[in-house]
Amino acid sequence: MHEPNQIKPPADSKPTGGIKQKMAYHPALLGGIALIAGALLVFADAGTKGEIAARQAEDLRASLTQVVGDDVHDNALLSDTIVLHAPLEFSDASGVKFYRARKDGKVVAAAFEVVGMGYSGEIRIMMSVQTDGTIMGVRVIQHAETPGLGDKIEARKTDWIKRFTGLSLGNRTEAQWKVKKDGGEFDQFSGATITPRAVVRAVHKGLAYFNAHRAEILDTKTLPGGPDAEVPHG
Amino acid sequence: MADYRQIMRDGIWENNAVLVQMLALCPLLAVTSTATNGLGMGLATTAVLLTSNLVVSALRNIISNEVRIPVLILLIASIVTLVDLGMNAFMHDLHKVLGLFIPLIVTNCVILARAEAFASRQSPAAASLDGLMTGLGFTLVLVVLGGVREIIGSGTLFSHASLLLGNSFSFLDITLIEGYRGFLLMILPSGGFLALGFLLAGKKWLDLRKQDREAEATRRAKIATINAMSDEEIMQQGEPS
Repeated sequence: MHEPNQIKPPADSKPTGGIKQKMAYHPALLGGIALIAGALLVFADAGTKGEIAARQAEDLRASLTQVVGDDVHDNALLSDTIVLHAPLEFSDASGVKFYRARKDGKVVAAAFEVVGMGYSGEIRIMMSVQTDGTIMGVRVIQHAETPGLGDKIEARKTDWIKRFTGLSLGNRTEAQWKVKKDGGEFDQFSGATITPRAVVRAVHKGLAYFNAHRAEILDTKTLPGGPDAEVPHG
Repeated sequence: MADYRQIMRDGIWENNAVLVQMLALCPLLAVTSTATNGLGMGLATTAVLLTSNLVVSALRNIISNEVRIPVLILLIASIVTLVDLGMNAFMHDLHKVLGLFIPLIVTNCVILARAEAFASRQSPAAASLDGLMTGLGFTLVLVVLGGVREIIGSGTLFSHASLLLGNSFSFLDITLIEGYRGFLLMILPSGGFLALGFLLAGKKWLDLRKQDREAEATRRAKIATINAMSDEEIMQQGEPS
């Protein structure tokens, strides 16, 4: 009888000690894994940030080239910019950045980004307008529309977006800046009306903004390559 | 220890994540409007499954039972984020096509299910193989479903494949029906449900046919042995059942 009793206490205390140990073990484990995972993500973010930024700059340059052809300008678009603080739907807090295309020092067009609210979130659109207010090109640079339906706004999938080229507020009436379903002249896609409607609306608003602020946007006093000129609340 | 051939058969066909376990239907129906999208999503999911199974299996002895679910989710979410960041930096063109779907992988219950049911109990080698095979089985269903929906819905197959796989694969991009006006229902999620239903019925039919054939084969074998036996042996055994 004695011997088993003597053996029993350590056997009993072991599980209780184990549970106590385990009680602390769970949060420690979770915390430890969270710490390691967090550290890994920080390293991965730091390691890829530069690369991703470089890729995005390339994308920006590529989308600028799509709307402003290399033959129409001879300056570096990315460094000849002006930011206008436009309290409009299509701009975010930092304002709209206008990239000016110059030929022999003279501004020929400006490219800028507008944002439309599509079926599933923002649609970022790059558009360029000539000094006379005629659209030179429009491209969608980022969107989250339904693959197979709304993504027909991409230039690599259909030619729909090229429809805007050559249009201006002068040669199209207010009523024409709509999809056909709303009485305008732009095609909608079968199964996706909200997406093209958002693009047409955003481009129209962008064009209207350009026309209203043409003097500031095309201000030739800012030298090419100079620092960003800030015009508060244009 | 682990039967690798059985793992392969289970992952791809016999215990297929979609066709048998009916898991991951949400990403399945969301992305399979074209075969290319299905392929891209399938491959990305396979990569995550492989990595998460490997990591979970390697850590299986230190993960305690009580907090395993949050730990697993934390691991899976971290892996998906790493894949997302890595793809954005080093496979930027592919990321532009698949970027929308990558974060969705976290919510894919197949990954948690395999981590919980398999990887946390098996050796890293078996768990990796299971992740790879389950992922390939998922990819197979995604591509078939995407292909069926794309052919009926848009009249094309593997459209924009070159965006995913590079220009050398542009031959995959086939327009099957010229001037086809499209059948919208199949592109919408409801069409996905319909196509999935037919796919499930097809799998069931194949399984039943296989069962019938096996039953038929055993019956024939039985008859053959009886025929081969002499009358005396039959008398000894009694009436054949």
